Amino acid sequence: MSIQELCTVRERRALTPTTFALTLEAPRICAAAQPGQFVHITCGEGNLLRRPISICQAQDGLLRIVFVVKGEGTKWLSARREGDVLDVLGPQGHGFDMDQLGARPVFIGGGIGVPPMLLTMRRALENGAQPSAILGFRNKEAVILEEAFRALGTTVVATDDGSYGVHGFVSDVLRENIGAYTSVCCCGPKPMLRALAAIAEEAGIPCQVSMEERMGCGIGACLVCACALKAEAGETRYGHVCKDGPVFDSREVAW
Amino acid sequence: MADLRVNFCGVELKNPVTTASGTFGFGHEYGEFYDLGELGGIGVKGLTPEERLGNPAPRIAETPMGILNCVGLQNPGVERFIAEQIPFLRQYDTRIIANVSGTTVEEYAGIVERISDADVDLIEMNISCPNVKCGGLTFGTQPQMVEEVVSAARKVAKKPLIVKLSPNVTDIAEIARAAVSAGADALSLINTLLGMRIDVESRRPILSNIMGGLSGPAVFPVAVRMVYQVHQAVDVPIIGMGGIRSGRDIVEMMLAGASAVAIGTACFADPMAPVKALRELEQFLDAHGIASVTELTGAVQL
Repeated sequence: MSIQELCTVRERRALTPTTFALTLEAPRICAAAQPGQFVHITCGEGNLLRRPISICQAQDGLLRIVFVVKGEGTKWLSARREGDVLDVLGPQGHGFDMDQLGARPVFIGGGIGVPPMLLTMRRALENGAQPSAILGFRNKEAVILEEAFRALGTTVVATDDGSYGVHGFVSDVLRENIGAYTSVCCCGPKPMLRALAAIAEEAGIPCQVSMEERMGCGIGACLVCACALKAEAGETRYGHVCKDGPVFDSREVAW
Repeated sequence: MADLRVNFCGVELKNPVTTASGTFGFGHEYGEFYDLGELGGIGVKGLTPEERLGNPAPRIAETPMGILNCVGLQNPGVERFIAEQIPFLRQYDTRIIANVSGTTVEEYAGIVERISDADVDLIEMNISCPNVKCGGLTFGTQPQMVEEVVSAARKVAKKPLIVKLSPNVTDIAEIARAAVSAGADALSLINTLLGMRIDVESRRPILSNIMGGLSGPAVFPVAVRMVYQVHQAVDVPIIGMGGIRSGRDIVEMMLAGASAVAIGTACFADPMAPVKALRELEQFLDAHGIASVTELTGAVQL
């Protein structure tokens, strides 16, 4: 279900020099939000398209989004202040299937793929699972949300350059501990998702991946955010990240 | 309250606001935001004889006040449209504008004939898609090809036939005359303008198909100009489209010569765009004491 809501910014925080967190008053969107879904936000008069941002937290009518400044739209968004009003569509898309998690799911995020895993892990914990997290970042300066994840379960942080936590990729950490988990949920760069999917598949556990693609309408009408999926007889078909996804079963994706 | 009704080729539209093919799917998604029956008509996603998968991603690039797209006519094929989508759309009190394409003259005639027998109100023939390798744009840029394909379609069309024109031509009036002389009952314009963007870091085109079609407010003045030129050149009704996002834009497009309009890219910015623009149009008419929206068509003062 899509809702268009005008949301007042309650709080803005810089988590790193380029990563920002906004807390929005969004009672209607919050009430409907499921883990892995996103919101589609108008980013100023000069940017025609909305920007899709994953939902990091949704509680008590407050929606928290965490995003990295990549271009003009996210730059505009990062300059919002308490009291500003945003035009938000949401919650959009198909999120994580919480029935597939099993007793010990692991939630893996890479870079700006980390934020949506927080709501997902929280809901898993509330549902009685024993969740773990593996968070990957470029370096120590890029690390975000570590404490929030630690509050929910065992959390391993890995950095590409070894400046903080484990030196290496989240896939290295997963491979070492794969026997401990009943399923994988992940969000991050496509090569990372592909690597994680291969490890999970080999271990015979479900893996749900949250994909990203350049988006238009964000609701499933314009068909621009195509994601190649496996069709019958080795053929490929296109699903759409905004509506069929962003979360897909890793075995569905034509990597 | 001004009279918003428009008689378009003998089909009454409750108001001149329709949606532009390719931006609106089959209406399901936008129907979550408002009653689709508020619209004068719905231009559905472009249909082809068989299912088309479309181009790989990325299919969109943002531009200053516009977007480039190269979706590539992804659609389920005309048969599934007829079976699955018409019953959905018929729940709403609005007109169905079936947009169709082919890759050969025979295919165009075939799909026009097929859709004529289905429960649609108007047929819009897309001879101007920039994102498919065969057909599409090539049919729409040469007057003799336009005549050939429109004549073939006209022979089998049992519903009003709208021909959608490409702006990627030197002389739009010449193309319009060719379409009308071949039997087009109406014209719609503009389709997207061919464009391209390059990522300066990777030095690669942003779009998978290298080039794509430009739409959005950036193209609005081009669309107004072409609607004006075509209205001067031929005597059939026009659906004006290209960058419309407000009631005043609708007024401007109609003054240039349009009898109805289509809103497309504006929906991406705001799902409510067509309904909001319609309200603004109503307010404009009332504020200016205009009794019928039809008074605007071609009423530009030179």
